[in-house]
Amino acid sequence: VLHTTRPLHTTQQCLAPLPPLPEKGGEVRHGLIPEEFFQFLYPKTGVTGPYMLGTGLLLYFLSKEIYVINHETVAAACILSVIIYGIKKFGSDVAAFADKLNEEKIAKALSVKNEAIKDLETAIEQEKKEQWRVEGRHYLFDAKRNNIAMLLETNYRERLLTVYNEVKKRLDYQVALQNLKRQKEQDHMIQWVEKSVVQSITPQQQKESIAKCILDLKALSKSAQAAV
Amino acid sequence: GPLSERRLMDVRLGELPAWLATCELSPQGLLGGVRKAWSSYYDKYINVKRGGPAGISMLLAGYCLLSYGWSYQRISKISFLVSV
Repeated sequence: VLHTTRPLHTTQQCLAPLPPLPEKGGEVRHGLIPEEFFQFLYPKTGVTGPYMLGTGLLLYFLSKEIYVINHETVAAACILSVIIYGIKKFGSDVAAFADKLNEEKIAKALSVKNEAIKDLETAIEQEKKEQWRVEGRHYLFDAKRNNIAMLLETNYRERLLTVYNEVKKRLDYQVALQNLKRQKEQDHMIQWVEKSVVQSITPQQQKESIAKCILDLKALSKSAQAAV
Repeated sequence: GPLSERRLMDVRLGELPAWLATCELSPQGLLGGVRKAWSSYYDKYINVKRGGPAGISMLLAGYCLLSYGWSYQRISKISFLVSV
């Protein structure tokens, strides 16, 4: 639960990025006694002071039996000698191995960071390209406008053609209608005239015309005979 | 600076009782002091790029001395009987 009454980020302390670890730890002499102790005693006793102090203390503890010598002392001496021998012999190798592990970790983190930076840079370049593309958008819109104008024109012309065709069809119909009417009238008239003519031929006229035809034929046959 | 703000190493021998009086001896205060000392030891000897045997060897030596001090009574009695 975050108490919102507590002010946040008031101090100058900044937690990121972390300050790098120091290269080497505090100086320690013989692996057990920090260097500050020797520096502390140096002004008063010089260089050999702490060693004298150590020897005196050791002898005092031994003589007063504050430090008793028993089987544990022998065991401790053996263990210490083995440990010191091991450290002296394999110390640098182990240190190099640990350093290599550390290097690998750092290299992996660095590679991740570099990858991220590269990806971001390519993203930036693509952004810039997109911005450049945006400048050419008036070309795009001109082309689109032309397309639309073409479509409109085509549509207009198609409709014009349709209108023309429709009107022509209607006019043709009217013309055909008139022609048909004229023809029908003509036929009817001819039929009516024929019928009336046929009706007007009475039987008496038929006899007279037949007699006249016979006379004409006789005359013709006489002239034909004469010619032959 | 003022007495209460100085660290133990910077306090002179004569001012030691006064300095002990100023620092808070409540459980939280002691715990805070122990935590600060532990973290400062870690930052000095263990949280470094290239440490050596010094970091843990000092802790082990301190543990040896402490355990010897705890079992001194028992050890000083036994050795007399073994020597027979």
